[in-house]
Amino acid sequence: MRPQRVIESIRFSLLSPDEIRKMSVTSVVTADTYDEDGFPIERGLMDRRLGVVEPGLTCRTCGGGPKDCPGHFGHIELARPVIHVNYVETIFELLQSTCRKCGRILLKEEERERLLQEMEGKEEWWKVSEKAVQTAKGRQECPHCGEEQEEVKFEKPFTFMEGKGRLTPSDIRTRLERIRTEDLRLLGLDPSVRPEWMVLQVLLVPPVTVRPSITLETGVRSEDDLTHKLVDIIRINQRLAENMEAGAPHLIVEDLWELLQYHVATYFSNEISGVPPARHRSGRVLRTLGQRLKGKEGRFRGNLSGKRVDFSARAVISPDPCLKFDEVGVPEYVARVLTVRSRVTSFNLEEMRELVRRGTEQYPGAQWVISPDGKRYDLRYADREELAQKLEPGYVVERNLRDGDIVLFNRQPSLHRMSIMAHRVRVMPGHTFRLNLCVCPLYNADFDGDEMNLHVPQSEEAQVEAMILMAVQNQIISPRFGGPIIGGIQDHITGAYLLTRKETLLDREKACQLLMQAGVEPVLPEPAVVREGVEYWTGKQLFSVLLPKDLNLTYRAKICEGCSRCKEEECEKEAYVVIENGELKRGVIDAHAYKALDKCELWDRMVKEYGVERASEFLNHVTRLSIAAAEMLGFTTSIDDEDIPRIAKERIEEKIEDAKKKVRELIEAYNREELEPLPGRSLRETLEMRIMEALAEVRDRAGQVAEKHLTLSNPAVIMARTGARGSMLNLTQMAACVGQQSVRGERLNRGYVGRVLIHFKSEDLGAEARGFVSSSYKDGLKPLEFFFHAAGGREGLVDTAVRTAQSGYMQRRLINALQDLHVEYDGTVRDDRGVIVQFLYGEDGADPMRTDNGKAVRVDRLVEKIIGGGAK
Amino acid sequence: MGGRMSEELDPRGHVLVPEHRVLSKEEGEEVLRRYRVKPHQLPLIKSSDPVARAIGAKPGDIVEIKRESFTAGRALAYRYVVEG
Repeated sequence: MRPQRVIESIRFSLLSPDEIRKMSVTSVVTADTYDEDGFPIERGLMDRRLGVVEPGLTCRTCGGGPKDCPGHFGHIELARPVIHVNYVETIFELLQSTCRKCGRILLKEEERERLLQEMEGKEEWWKVSEKAVQTAKGRQECPHCGEEQEEVKFEKPFTFMEGKGRLTPSDIRTRLERIRTEDLRLLGLDPSVRPEWMVLQVLLVPPVTVRPSITLETGVRSEDDLTHKLVDIIRINQRLAENMEAGAPHLIVEDLWELLQYHVATYFSNEISGVPPARHRSGRVLRTLGQRLKGKEGRFRGNLSGKRVDFSARAVISPDPCLKFDEVGVPEYVARVLTVRSRVTSFNLEEMRELVRRGTEQYPGAQWVISPDGKRYDLRYADREELAQKLEPGYVVERNLRDGDIVLFNRQPSLHRMSIMAHRVRVMPGHTFRLNLCVCPLYNADFDGDEMNLHVPQSEEAQVEAMILMAVQNQIISPRFGGPIIGGIQDHITGAYLLTRKETLLDREKACQLLMQAGVEPVLPEPAVVREGVEYWTGKQLFSVLLPKDLNLTYRAKICEGCSRCKEEECEKEAYVVIENGELKRGVIDAHAYKALDKCELWDRMVKEYGVERASEFLNHVTRLSIAAAEMLGFTTSIDDEDIPRIAKERIEEKIEDAKKKVRELIEAYNREELEPLPGRSLRETLEMRIMEALAEVRDRAGQVAEKHLTLSNPAVIMARTGARGSMLNLTQMAACVGQQSVRGERLNRGYVGRVLIHFKSEDLGAEARGFVSSSYKDGLKPLEFFFHAAGGREGLVDTAVRTAQSGYMQRRLINALQDLHVEYDGTVRDDRGVIVQFLYGEDGADPMRTDNGKAVRVDRLVEKIIGGGAK
Repeated sequence: MGGRMSEELDPRGHVLVPEHRVLSKEEGEEVLRRYRVKPHQLPLIKSSDPVARAIGAKPGDIVEIKRESFTAGRALAYRYVVEG
């Protein structure tokens, strides 16, 4: 939104002691808060004049109750001045650059004139003042009164020394008082501020509304941290005053003064370096003014940029494959609490009356009624029957959440716009939010204890906007690359593969059963096979029921091995998929058909050419069909899926032995200095590279041997090859050989001198000594291999931890920098002031979400469509 | 920073420097009209910018830049020349 008024500048300034006294309604002198009867003590920290927080009381200053009284400031007269910690740096600069006697800036008259001239009318005048201060600091003698200057030293956190003696805050204050107002600009200060105000004589006491006390159930009062701190200040202040009056020894007064300085400093910030943080009696560190503002939970980030909201819920999530993917299952006990504002119209009058009658006790009920004059009736206490009768168009009913309501569903970290989407409610029993598995990749959700948030938009406008912009269906295509990111996952792929293999034949009962579970009318086509009078249907036929009748498509499935000469239709592995007029003729359905974030030829075509509605229907059905098929046909995987025959095992061992021998030869060649260095590499680097090469090769070779025995009759292999879950590499590591472990892209080499572990000789460069794991996960790792594996694994963990931290911070900065940019109707990208950032969005004006995988038009598809005919 | 350097080295020949051109007054006004902006709402370029100096752009001018674009092949951008 373009702002109505532009904030031109904000000015922060210092309060003068006079201003503080003028603002104050009372001086605070008593360190106590309440007397024995629980009444606030006059001129104490809870003085009635400072405002009220408890209901039923009135403020002595404004007469308002806790709702209308904003609170009023008080003040503490300090017995001795103390430095304001946040200004020590400025004070130090001022002391260094002004004369100790006359208080003038240590600049010659002509320098002064020149710099003032330079400053004149400049927006960044303070840059000139930095120069002025730098010059003045170096002066040994005052150009105005001729006084010899002594070096001022600053000892953290708040002590100033001049020569040998210490400068007390009183000394500093008198010095700062002497600085002339006309010199202030040169010193980098605004002339409306006096520098001596940086040394406090009077302390402002915030109203009680800023530091409310809490009454526990036991009746014990617990004060706010700020109040505790102020009590400390008053107590020490009092002791200091008494001691001074009694003429106590100098030393004692100094000590108390220092203590007062400490308390006032920690009152402003309890995180000053070199100052031990002030603690509560329990040992807890106090949260004072600075901590209230700073950081993620501070006032700015925690309460102003973001805040807690009503009409929201949070719960553990669990999966429900029977939900549509745009639905969310909401437990009834949550729906009983959340409400939606529903306007009463002549159309829903009776329905609303019934909801009001049911009230808060029965589930589909209502919580509040708002009459046209804005009065709220709480249905817990009101006469519901009477209210229901009074209901007429113009009333608003806050009714419970129910099926079909639009809600926003979110999982943190909210890294992209798909992290919060609009779902439709399905109220169900249980205690968790339920979601369809197809949206898990978007939220990056799993069910190992993840929790998610739910928000209920209240106005009709908000609901419609959420539905149009944020509905799950409208997020199927990723705005990042213009392809589907919602789609089948895991079992959806396996199930579809099992179903569409050519060996799958189903009798009438099973075929109908599957279609029913998929949620479609079980209208079967002609049976493909009739054997001994029994009709059988192929899985492909059942799958085809879900396809649009005019769909034509040909592509290679994920299981395609990329044979040098493709047999196309004749492919005996069923890797060549042909769909003709909505009929799956050849090939199997796997990841390349409809897996999220994969190639998903079929699914991509569905979304882009049949529209979101038709595509959603397809996905809802096909996922249920696949899961039902997997259940019916049976699918399981276990540890013996990675078994390979003894001969294969021996072949692998041979290969590994060969490789180790080759490594030994390389090392010998290296030792004899016969190794030919690679261009740009040292001899040692060459050796390392050659060894790594050899060992990487042997792992692959071992894998190849194992793969010969890992065929598509093996469930684990089915998952890997169809792209449902896992990869062939995962399998070969389990079955054959884990391979070389590495840290920072090198073989393991750190630890002791010249060796990783004491079990090896120093400078042993052999395969085993540098982290080659020849065992497979299934056989188990040897102790040393296990150690190497842990070292390699650790690097991965550290990397992810570091990456998330860094990318999180980077994203925060990017969002802050880009949040006001928007695309105008003329296609330009502008910021909130209308300043052009890009003259045409993305330079081509294309919305990536509406492109075909990043391309504005796909010419081959266009041609195909115009000349007609699907198959090539 | 010596002025001598820029006199000797013309950045316009460099492969990474896109083509810059100072627009005539009429062309400049046309650009402002087309995008309905005031001059300061355009991206800025300092008159001390090496390319701006090479093409003799003065504060108040509008410079047209023809860039190679990954998405569009060729893209036009305009910059308002400011003092500096």
